[in-house]
Amino acid sequence: MNERVLRVQDLSVHFEVREGNLFRSRMHTLKAVNGVSFDLNAGETLGIVGESGCGKSTLARAMLALIKPNRGRVLWLGEDLGKLDEEELRKKRQDLQIVFQDPLAALNPRMTVRDIIAEPLWTFFPRIARVQVDERVSGMMKLVGLLPNQINRYPHEFSGGQCQRISIARALVLNPKLVVCDEPVSALDVSIQAQIINLLKDLQKKLNLSLVFIAHDLSVVKHISDRVMVMYLGRAMEVSQRGNLYRRPLHPYTKALIRAVPVPDPKLARKLVDTGLTGDMPSPLDLPRGCVFHTRCPYAVKRCELEVPPLRRMENNDWVACHRAEELDLTIAKSG
Amino acid sequence: MPLLELVNLDVGFDTPEGEVHAVNELNFSIEAGEALAIVGESGAGKTQSMMAVMGLLADNGHVSGQALFNGNDLLSMGAGELNQHRGSQIAMIFQDPMTSLNPYLSIEKQMIEVVMHHQGLDRAEAHAKAVEMLRAVRIPDPERRIGQYPHEFSGGMRQRAMVAMGLLCEPDLLIADEPTTALDVTVQAQIGHLMSELRQTSNTAIILITHDLGVVAGLCDRVLVMYAGEVVEWGSVEQIYYQPLHPYTRGLLESVPRLDQPDDAVLHAIPGNPPNLLALPDGCKFRDRCPKAHDACREEPPIRQGGEGHSYRCFLERTDE
Amino acid sequence: MTKNADNAVLDPFAAALEVKPIKGRSPWEDAWHRLLRNRAAVYSAFIMGFMFFLVVFGPMLISWDSGYTDWDHTSSPPSFSSGHWFGTDAIGRDIMVRTLEGGRISLLVGLVATIVSLLIGVSYGATAGYFGGTADRVMMRIVDIIYALPFMFFVILLMVVFGRNIVLIFVAIGAVNWLDMARIVRGQTLSLKNTEFIEAARACGVGDWAIIRRHIVPNLLGVVIIYVTLTIPQVILLESFLSFLGLGVQEPMSSWGALVSDGAQDMESAPWTLIVPAVFLTVTLYCFNFIGDGLRDALDPKDRL
Repeated sequence: MNERVLRVQDLSVHFEVREGNLFRSRMHTLKAVNGVSFDLNAGETLGIVGESGCGKSTLARAMLALIKPNRGRVLWLGEDLGKLDEEELRKKRQDLQIVFQDPLAALNPRMTVRDIIAEPLWTFFPRIARVQVDERVSGMMKLVGLLPNQINRYPHEFSGGQCQRISIARALVLNPKLVVCDEPVSALDVSIQAQIINLLKDLQKKLNLSLVFIAHDLSVVKHISDRVMVMYLGRAMEVSQRGNLYRRPLHPYTKALIRAVPVPDPKLARKLVDTGLTGDMPSPLDLPRGCVFHTRCPYAVKRCELEVPPLRRMENNDWVACHRAEELDLTIAKSG
Repeated sequence: MPLLELVNLDVGFDTPEGEVHAVNELNFSIEAGEALAIVGESGAGKTQSMMAVMGLLADNGHVSGQALFNGNDLLSMGAGELNQHRGSQIAMIFQDPMTSLNPYLSIEKQMIEVVMHHQGLDRAEAHAKAVEMLRAVRIPDPERRIGQYPHEFSGGMRQRAMVAMGLLCEPDLLIADEPTTALDVTVQAQIGHLMSELRQTSNTAIILITHDLGVVAGLCDRVLVMYAGEVVEWGSVEQIYYQPLHPYTRGLLESVPRLDQPDDAVLHAIPGNPPNLLALPDGCKFRDRCPKAHDACREEPPIRQGGEGHSYRCFLERTDE
Repeated sequence: MTKNADNAVLDPFAAALEVKPIKGRSPWEDAWHRLLRNRAAVYSAFIMGFMFFLVVFGPMLISWDSGYTDWDHTSSPPSFSSGHWFGTDAIGRDIMVRTLEGGRISLLVGLVATIVSLLIGVSYGATAGYFGGTADRVMMRIVDIIYALPFMFFVILLMVVFGRNIVLIFVAIGAVNWLDMARIVRGQTLSLKNTEFIEAARACGVGDWAIIRRHIVPNLLGVVIIYVTLTIPQVILLESFLSFLGLGVQEPMSSWGALVSDGAQDMESAPWTLIVPAVFLTVTLYCFNFIGDGLRDALDPKDRL
């Protein structure tokens, strides 16, 4: 059970961005992911949370070797994905799958549900018989809660939640070991979000999957994650066990994110104090020196502006990147 | 006299697959300075009802009923007359700021034109007013920022600029269509604060359209829950959150993920999918997805009273719970 | 709790599990229905069908031969009694036969040159767009350079070097038109390449060619079809223009452009020699443009409800 399947070590992804006008332009380096490390065990779910622009989607793609990292490595079952040649990597893709945010955009509008779900099968088993494909596809559709008689329909004939189920069926059809879900519920109605989260949770148990579940909202990942990583401007701020993170976050940014979750209770919501976050996220093209969060942190001191805090281990195997983690008590009050 | 009163508003669309009834007999009114939420899943008709009020329906749409704004029917007005109200007395902000901000004009130009047109201010006065409004929505360094173009703003700043533009002419009514759905939670919270603050300072009435009951609680006075083009429950925020009577409202409330539940609690979902408006069931439209559906639900459900100003459309008696 | 709820929803459908699959409504079918609702496009398609029939079989049904000179009726106006329904030209050739045979050439040029530009343009544009980077930059600069060559100069050069030849007209027109096609296809491919469904295919380990075949080409098709229906009339017009200037087809062969050119010389004495081919040409151009517009409305997903 506690077998370690994925190891991400000091991963960095940078993009070159040209900025300026016709006459004067400069190349900037956008540090989308900056020295992120974590492990993932078999059957475990890691939630990754952060505001848009924090690099979580880039991290997801780099994790699956869809983007080449500039530094660091991704070890899948002990093998460095960056060192594999194209054909070996292609074989590894059987085990590594991804589910995207926009349910409709992730499905080719000109293909039927059968063709969409069967595409990975054809890719890895080109000689597979049509009957077998249909059987497997129908089985997958039942598994994700779709009616198999819908097999010949096209994506635009389904609602958002159903499209996301099709995406999940496609991701699972090859019996992968790791599924990365890049904001799978952000584009769905709240009432449908829970269906998809519960489905993923069920499937994970049934199939012993390792999941990486990305969201911009801490409340969404709470129910599915064993551990949660909080990202800000390309860096991991905190990686903690779920039970600890929501009760006693170690990083001020985690606390701000927890406080920002809306409460469906009029009396509580009205007296809610604000999140403690001031200002906007700095541009990722021009990162602050020192701790990237110091410009918005209510607890920032001089040291935070000068030194980059490393991600370090605290008790209970929780990790935090904050100079003041020991002195701050960020326990969340019971009433919210 | 209420600020806005909708009387038997019906909205339909002609599509190749047949006529779609997007909104069915919508009635409500909103007073000056009040905040009303219209809540429902996609396809509930919440956006289309407001688009109809604003005269922004697509070409194949048609509307009947009345929308009385200060006693004048907006639906029977010509384009010219409607334009006098739109923008100056009623403003609408949309989910995606990029679709309603013109990418080729600077924020300044877009804001100033509105004020000069509706309030007859000169350029300098309009500029000052726009800067002041950007400052009110907490855009940092507004004097410099106002000269920039929409793509130079971050997502949250764009949405705040949209709110600023909506409020520029000090409208009596602000219609906000999922203003925070595409935004990060931290920015959501900021926009929420901003709207309730502006409501207090300038007595603007707000209609907030959303699918997420989580964001409504702190902001609104009354809630209207819509399903498949019909209002299924309406009442004060307290009534809706503390004594929801329609099974759909309960489902919506339970599906909001909360941090104060135990870690292992199973998330509640409303089973099934949002309604297909082309193939609605007879009787109660929610019965396919309703945990309490029974045979009687094949008939049109009655409207029952749940309390002062609290009604719901269901066969279940209040005491059934 | 939720499991029960989910089952409750699935139960009514449990019986449906064994039911035969429902047929889906593909985006193509949707587009087809939208197209059928567009009256101008449907009528245009009918008229074009009739026009093709006339042009292909018409000359066989008419007793006059296009080269035959009827010395009894030179420059005679349209009349049923003489048998020359649309009249004759200055040397007594039947205008109707000549117009229909000219139509063969005009439509043939339109179709062949369009197919040539389609084949070159789509493969060139898709390759540039899909592989991107340096390949893209080099390929598109080549397109820019060819674009910059003056077209008439290019045609005259070809004529001088190779002599007048109908194949040259195909080559000349095709060589210019594929540039637009390549640009359009490249742009579409670039934006398609970044869609999530292609990323999903890559994440599944699908190879480059399978992605192009299964994901890119079917999604390009709509734009390409629209562009083709707008290219055909453009090419026909170009050919007419060349023929009008005397650079196009040569006697005894003719095309609508050449006929209009001939007719224009006798415009005052025998207006029918101008009017008949001009009407055919104009009707064809109108029809293709209406069909193209109809297809654009039908295939463009942006206008979807």
